[in-house]
Amino acid sequence: MNRKTSQSLAFWIFRVFGIIVLGILLWIIGFVVYNGIGVISWEFLTTAPTDGMTAGGIMPAIVGTMCLVLGSMIFAFPLGVMSAIYTQEYAGNGFVVKFIRVMTNNLAGIPSIVFGLFGMALFVNTLGFGDSILAGSLTLGILVLPLVIRTTEEALKSVPQSFRSGSLALGATKLQTTRKVVLPMAFPNIITGLILSIGRVSGETAPILFTVAAYFLPKLPNSIFDQVMALPYHLYVIATTGKDIEASRPIAYGTALVLIAIVLIMNILATMLRRHFGKKVKTG
Amino acid sequence: MIETKKVDFFYGDFQALKNISMRMDKNTVTAFIGPSGCGKSTFLRLFNRMNDLIPDIHLKGECLIDGQDIYARGVEVDELRKKVGMVFQKPNPFPKSIFENVAYGLRVNGMRDKNFIEQRVEESLQSAALWGEVKDKLRKSAFELSGGQQQRLCIARALAISPSIVLMDEPASALDPISTAKIEELIHDLKKHYTIVIVTHNMQQAARVSDKTGFFMLGELIEFSDTKKMFINPEKEQTQNYITGRFG
Amino acid sequence: MKKLRKILERVIEAMLTVSGAVTSIAILLIVAFLFREGLGLFKSPTVERGYAVYVNSANPVQSLLPWQLKEIFDFQIENWNELGGPDEEIRVFRFNEIFSLYTDEQLDADNDYALLPERLAEVIAANPAIIAYLPQRYAPVEDESVKTVQTGTITMAQFFLGRKWMPTAKPAAQFGVLPLVLGTLMVSFMAILIALPLGLGVAIYMSELASERVRRLLKPAIELLAGIPSVVYGFFGLVVLVPLVQRTFNLDVGETAFTGSLILAIMALPTIITVAEDAMRNTPRAMREASLAMGATDWQTIYRVVIPYSLSGISAAVVLGIGRAIGETMAVLMVTGNAAVMPHTLFEPVRTIPATIAAELGEAASGSSHYQALFMLGCILFVITLIVSITAEAISKRKHEVGV
Repeated sequence: MNRKTSQSLAFWIFRVFGIIVLGILLWIIGFVVYNGIGVISWEFLTTAPTDGMTAGGIMPAIVGTMCLVLGSMIFAFPLGVMSAIYTQEYAGNGFVVKFIRVMTNNLAGIPSIVFGLFGMALFVNTLGFGDSILAGSLTLGILVLPLVIRTTEEALKSVPQSFRSGSLALGATKLQTTRKVVLPMAFPNIITGLILSIGRVSGETAPILFTVAAYFLPKLPNSIFDQVMALPYHLYVIATTGKDIEASRPIAYGTALVLIAIVLIMNILATMLRRHFGKKVKTG
Repeated sequence: MIETKKVDFFYGDFQALKNISMRMDKNTVTAFIGPSGCGKSTFLRLFNRMNDLIPDIHLKGECLIDGQDIYARGVEVDELRKKVGMVFQKPNPFPKSIFENVAYGLRVNGMRDKNFIEQRVEESLQSAALWGEVKDKLRKSAFELSGGQQQRLCIARALAISPSIVLMDEPASALDPISTAKIEELIHDLKKHYTIVIVTHNMQQAARVSDKTGFFMLGELIEFSDTKKMFINPEKEQTQNYITGRFG
Repeated sequence: MKKLRKILERVIEAMLTVSGAVTSIAILLIVAFLFREGLGLFKSPTVERGYAVYVNSANPVQSLLPWQLKEIFDFQIENWNELGGPDEEIRVFRFNEIFSLYTDEQLDADNDYALLPERLAEVIAANPAIIAYLPQRYAPVEDESVKTVQTGTITMAQFFLGRKWMPTAKPAAQFGVLPLVLGTLMVSFMAILIALPLGLGVAIYMSELASERVRRLLKPAIELLAGIPSVVYGFFGLVVLVPLVQRTFNLDVGETAFTGSLILAIMALPTIITVAEDAMRNTPRAMREASLAMGATDWQTIYRVVIPYSLSGISAAVVLGIGRAIGETMAVLMVTGNAAVMPHTLFEPVRTIPATIAAELGEAASGSSHYQALFMLGCILFVITLIVSITAEAISKRKHEVGV
């Protein structure tokens, strides 16, 4: 085959591959939106399920997921940011940092179901929290730590070294420099990481299966030791094991749409933030 | 033979070359000198259309090789590049063996004959004055060579596909003095068979290796004449200043 | 005042240092808890705690393996001679039968069944070919006519080489992970086989061919693909792919290993694309220019220079993609049909390790051998992903020094 022909053939195939991947994404999103949009209503979002989860809304699951997002972020966000500050600003470039980075990568690679096992063994059984928001949040928090750490590290890295030297040269301590110069400049990107983490946490199912998620619990939680329903688990339940799977299909579509919407909004928000502040830092 | 007629060249809105006309004859060495950012490399890269890789560029005027406009419609860029070889500033061998580096150009141009490839590789390495040093380790990785050897390998690689013109973009700037001397000697030998255009920031080098020299500044060709004349008795004051070291 | 501030700074810096170790601590805790629970399995008795197996003392059989127990109680082994005993048909005796043989008075039911052990001993003494599975609480006294069969503890060999996963079988649960491991590998490798050409193609397209405008469209799309929750993929797979596979291949059920591979392939795509594209973009400009300057076409430059140069990054992409696929839980759980049997073809239901944990942990009593076995599965997953992470790290570190 002529090398020109083989080039155009190869490039044509790659272009088609690109279109296929884009098509898959549109297919999945289209499938969920097309089937789910008719289900979404104010009532759907604000009432509890009824009739064996074949009717009513998904309010308890939304509230539950919000509790879990909040809980896991309260735990993971400060810890992750502090960890990233340590490795980026304090620890230099030696063995310790390399070790920490390898550990963070490994943690990121662990399957979510293993986090579920771990959360059950440590938080639910050993520490005696039982199936609770606390246990679920801590489990999700550990799962999302690597993401928070990585995005924060990237944010800190993007702050030019000259700003640090400038501050240090004025007699500021390292901590003051970090707090007054580095963190404010890195802030938008750190928030971007936070937003992405929220998207990730709200979609995870496997880690909450055995640590918090309730099959059906129409009342709202009173304390952090209560169980809650959660959107992804709810979708799993009504898609596979509900009392009447056919009858609850519309609710499943609605739940999937809400889940996708959360992820979509979080991603768009993160992209916008990144673009907006990305420009600002460069010119600033 | 290379000839340009009133060439203007733009990166987006920025005009990198202004109205340049010049002629480089067969089997001569032409050197381009000038401060960094003066457009000499850009000009060099016009001749094998390497600038095409940069988005948002455009060119006015004509650029002829052996009388043919290389920017005309229907010109096959890869055919052009086969005729116009190039050696880059930093040695950039592929992560392949020494042999495969030299054979690369032959292979991508559809050459399958093993004997011919072997013969061509040897010839090219000999032309690049590298054969004696590598003939026993042709299958070793090219990265095992020293910087100067790597650069001569890159020259051999460029010669393997029998170009008629060899462009050299500061070929010795990343090398130590001994390697530089070897490359200069090599350029001198190659002149017999190739038309050579070399960009250099090192004026002594230009004086040593070239027949003609062009002095560029801010995208303009200030002066273009025989090397001897240029370095002994330049016409323009700017050239004089640059040569005597008043500019970077 | 100044001193106070200094102290405060020290405290904050100490806190930062401690939090630097947080991921290491997390991994340590995960290892500790996973393996503490999981390794307990190999100390667990084969039969359920509080139960034991009894035979007549005349029976020469001293000990039985889990699979033998299972087959005896499933009536697949019917004669003692198959187990090295006398040529006699096995009489399987279950605890409940005692209530049809004796009245409540005979068992002294009012007095917490005080006579039950004695009656059980009678039954066993009367039947030389009997095997009885009984709660130890009412166990017959061992004497010249009754003896306990040694059933031992679950061994590593039984766990890792066992071909049956029947965690709730009585009297001896079967914890053989082979079908699960094979199921996982089968689904994952098929997924990578599908995702690899597609992912590499898109990576090449994005790093080498696409204009900035197209890249700006594709990049967020791929991030989004990575962000969609796995349960939504599972739902999509269940509603769309399962019937599609069933119809296309004319199968009885659409929940097959292949369906799982399809959905996993989609889920592994973003990982493969992102990592491979990064690697290709990192190919130095000088390499491309050198190739193009010799008259190579773009495509020749890509497959002769760019791909070999970024091979380590591409391999890392493959390894990470496999890691992602092996660990994925919910989507696979929802579309593969979850039959814990040795898989033979791609078009039958299988069950993967993560799906097994997700499906069964809710029913396993905390501390039971089933519970421990599921944690052991977690340990296997953990070790696999650890190997994956380390391999990916090692591959992408190994630069392009070698290469021929």
